[in-house]
Amino acid sequence: MSALGIVGGVVQPLAVVAGSPVLVGMMRQVRARLEGRAGPGIAQPWRDLRKLFGKEPIAPRGTGVVFRAAPYALVATTLVVSFVAPLATVDSPLDPVADLFAVVALLTAGTVALALAGLDTGTAFGGMGASREMTIVALVEPTLLVAVFALSVPVGSTNLAAIVSSTLRDPARAISPASLLAAVALVIVIVAETGRLPVDNPSTHLELTMVHEAMVLEYAGPDLALVELASAMRLGVFLALLANLFVPWGIATTAGPFAVLGGVLALAVKVVVLGLALAVGEVFLAKLRLFRVPELLAGSFLLALLAVAASFFLA
Amino acid sequence: MNPTGLALGVALVLGVFAAVLGAATRKHLRARAVGAVTALCGAAGTIAGISAMCGTRYYAAFPALLPLSGVTITVDSTSGLFLAVTGAVAFVSAVYGVGYARADANGRLPQAVFPLFVITMMLVVSAGNVGALLVCWELMALCSLVLVLTEHHRRPEVARAGRWYAVMTHLGFVAILAGLLVFTAAADDDTFPALRVAAHHLSPTTASVVFVATLLGFGSKAGVVPLHVWLPRAHPEAPSHVSALMSAAMVNLGVYGIVRVGFDLLGGGQRWWWLLTLALGGISAVYGILHAAMSTDLKRLLGYSTTENMGLVLIGLGAAGLVADDPVVAGLALAAALLHMVNHAAFKTVLFLAAGSVQRGAGSRDLDALGGLSGPMPFTTAAFGLGALAASALPPGTAFVSEWLLLQALIHARPSAGAAAVVMMPIAVAAVALTAGLAVATFVKAFGVGFLGRPRSAGAAAARESPASMTAALGIAVAVCAVLAVLPTILLSQLGSLASGLLRTGSPAAMDGIVVRLVGVSGALSPLMLAVVSVGAALGLVAVVRLVLTRQARRAARLWDCGAGPLSARMEYTATSFAEPLQRVFDDVVQPETDVDVTHARESAYLVEAIEFRNRVLDRIERWLYTPLLRAVSVWAAAARRLATGSVHRYLGYGFYTLCGLLILLAVTR
Amino acid sequence: MLRLWRRIWRIGRAAEPAPAGPVGDRPAVAAGWRGSVQVRHVDAGSCNGCEIEIAAAFGPVYDAERYGARLVASPRHADALLVTGPVTRNMAEPLRRTHDAVPSPRVVVAVGDCARDCGVFASAYGVVGPVRDVIPVDLEVAGCPPRPEAITEALRKLTGR
Repeated sequence: MSALGIVGGVVQPLAVVAGSPVLVGMMRQVRARLEGRAGPGIAQPWRDLRKLFGKEPIAPRGTGVVFRAAPYALVATTLVVSFVAPLATVDSPLDPVADLFAVVALLTAGTVALALAGLDTGTAFGGMGASREMTIVALVEPTLLVAVFALSVPVGSTNLAAIVSSTLRDPARAISPASLLAAVALVIVIVAETGRLPVDNPSTHLELTMVHEAMVLEYAGPDLALVELASAMRLGVFLALLANLFVPWGIATTAGPFAVLGGVLALAVKVVVLGLALAVGEVFLAKLRLFRVPELLAGSFLLALLAVAASFFLA
Repeated sequence: MNPTGLALGVALVLGVFAAVLGAATRKHLRARAVGAVTALCGAAGTIAGISAMCGTRYYAAFPALLPLSGVTITVDSTSGLFLAVTGAVAFVSAVYGVGYARADANGRLPQAVFPLFVITMMLVVSAGNVGALLVCWELMALCSLVLVLTEHHRRPEVARAGRWYAVMTHLGFVAILAGLLVFTAAADDDTFPALRVAAHHLSPTTASVVFVATLLGFGSKAGVVPLHVWLPRAHPEAPSHVSALMSAAMVNLGVYGIVRVGFDLLGGGQRWWWLLTLALGGISAVYGILHAAMSTDLKRLLGYSTTENMGLVLIGLGAAGLVADDPVVAGLALAAALLHMVNHAAFKTVLFLAAGSVQRGAGSRDLDALGGLSGPMPFTTAAFGLGALAASALPPGTAFVSEWLLLQALIHARPSAGAAAVVMMPIAVAAVALTAGLAVATFVKAFGVGFLGRPRSAGAAAARESPASMTAALGIAVAVCAVLAVLPTILLSQLGSLASGLLRTGSPAAMDGIVVRLVGVSGALSPLMLAVVSVGAALGLVAVVRLVLTRQARRAARLWDCGAGPLSARMEYTATSFAEPLQRVFDDVVQPETDVDVTHARESAYLVEAIEFRNRVLDRIERWLYTPLLRAVSVWAAAARRLATGSVHRYLGYGFYTLCGLLILLAVTR
Repeated sequence: MLRLWRRIWRIGRAAEPAPAGPVGDRPAVAAGWRGSVQVRHVDAGSCNGCEIEIAAAFGPVYDAERYGARLVASPRHADALLVTGPVTRNMAEPLRRTHDAVPSPRVVVAVGDCARDCGVFASAYGVVGPVRDVIPVDLEVAGCPPRPEAITEALRKLTGR
């Protein structure tokens, strides 16, 4: 447990919590501008959250402890990931937890909590959202694991800090075939996992096309605020992981104040660039039919498998 | 007699005593007496196993006990692991059986055979020669068959399942018998040390025949595809504490056989054996979980999940054999496989026992008719939830650690291990990854649809919690699961030394208190820290939200039903509809059968009176492999009937001609 | 894709410049919302004229979202109900339930003449009455149908932007 790790453990969760809603605000603003709108401004998600925390929480009759606990589980798993993963600093406060498999599994556990909450309501939409989400997760998780595997084989470790510092030492690794294939696969599954177009439309109002939204239709007030905050944080964390796995430069390697500040700034720049690219891409895409989504995900699985094969054969 | 032998002896005596109690005591005392004594027997078995794992081996020979070969008892550390797992599962199942069997399986026969089943399993892993192993194996199969058939007079499916099980288990026995007899023929006698010596001068072909035959035989017991067909039939139809014993303890003995023969007696052997093992494991894992994802019968789902987990164990074994020249990685893979087997035993016990409570409390195990159990059955729901978390390999669940170790082993399998390894490792990883993803969906379905939401039938609405002995057994099993989940290190160093002993290498995983740190390769994981940090984050978050951000009381409100009338249970998603998207995605693999019958009103073809929807996912391997096989067998049987006319003269004639033929053959060949 | 890009470039910004802030008092309950209001729209029996205008208000030209208003899919997520049309018999109970489903503090906006006083449907046999007879109304927007500017102005009163 190094000083840098402790600093990272404090700074990163704060940065993720504070920054993720702004990231979502920026993405919405970019989309609004490209659609010819004026847009509500990048602080709008924070305004929404502030208001939602002030509202009355509701306990729909017939729901139980799973429904109540799910938003907390969702935020907590994401917080843990932002606590241990090397986002702004290379070191982690808890190195034995900063494992790529553990991080992927933790994020999946959050999704599972929300799906169970959707089923706990016993409404048709809750079940529908949970069913669709789990179908997507069942196809996304393999791709994530295989892509993780492809990135770990050349390094010989699944430890995130090890992977990141290995790329820092050996920049050529970032453009190896295995790495590039894994990057493409990861982009696709991150789009699916965070519920963006073309897999899910985050701004839909039509229940029949919903995936993520359908599970959270029953949440109100602070619970809803947690769910929205968590989905913003997950987007931020996924993009940050994606950025640092392939382009880790700028990340703080010493505990000096300027290095840490630089690390946070570099993280912000990388995530914003990725987020804006995603937002611009979304303008050009229509939502896929639900049963076309598996084809997309199967494609990404194949890419990830090719990445593994490449990392074994070309090693 | 050392502690291991003493504990084993006590376990055997207690088991026989429990069987006598089961046969002799009065009806109202029977369940309690058998449950208590069998639990003690299981506990003694666990102690014997742990003592053997800690290094106290036990050896005894009883030459007069069995004609021709005698009986040798050898409890080494490998036996110890399996003995401990069997004993622990037996302990929990027996405690559970006190409450469970009283209602459903309280006949003289099942109650007397249940403890015998436990001790025959213990004897299988303690056997030190081929003769004893085969006899105990067969006794174990017969005991389990009797137990599967407990409810045959009430439900006709049970008898069908029993037939499948009887045939498959005996075919498996024939394969084991053939393999081990070929092996023994090359040795001085049939004890394991003699076989180890014989393995050195066995020709590669003979060794391969031995390995493949035993792999098939033991694999069929482990429920490996394509020999799994009995498992999803027999495990659901048995009483639930027997299902737990079969699914958590008996299938392990298949793994025991492969480890014992492949690694210990044959000493590793050729690479293609392990390639075969790995391929079978990969196919089993994916096929098993795919069918589990489609199943709507809770216990059938769990049965398929057993096939999946045994597949993962076999992937570990295969990887260990494949990279045997890299001792560190091989040891890691073997330890991962064994840890996964132990973990599977723990969480599958929880899941099957919880399923039994559901079947008893809600009167059904059909997920489409369950739901809303978290209110009336809080303990069972919590136990199943934790078991499902463990089974879906998500942190902080039990299986997460072992799958993590398995993936670590696959990652560190260097290309130096040969072209076969380079090709197989990515495929194995893909299989493990696909399995992990589908397992999440499967167990969300099982828990979310089966326990949450609103009850979908009158039985589920009137569900009641099980008696104290059943919930207590569930509690013990959950506690073991939780300890294995956060502190696998207490077991892992033992497994490491066990694996290194089998492979004759160094220990792969060091004990560091709370961190699983791999030796020889980089990799560290702390499940305890992970669990503590996650729970801490969640509690901190609750505190912040409740105390700082919002202080209003929760208002109870009706569910949002779009403003229309009340939501009924018929509007809920069922297990079938939950799995429908996945079923469509894997349409080509599982080939579901869907019929839609629309009945029109008599007045007009435009008015619909009723729509009937039927959806079945049949086992494709069963249909393609076994149906033609069964047909061929019945053709042969019809032909054979012509030989058996019932005439005594004819039978005497057969005997005479056979004898003549044999004599001529001997005269010619000698 | 290139064509779409060129069109985006050519059209640029479609939103009209924001008019001056709303006149008149804001509902007191909306004071704490400070620039954010989620809106659930309920059609209680409308002729769909008002719906077209609401859609226009949230379209690119009037862009009500720039003031912090957003349409949502569930009353649980909403702060304000936008009710259109005279309340018909079949919609009276659902409207009450929808109102009940909104977590407090909550606001009801009656949009259009029908919602205010039943408009041309007054005293029709299927009509219960105006919205305020069924649930308490905080804000009314006049017009048949009201212009998008009027709807936007009502929403701005809620968001305070």
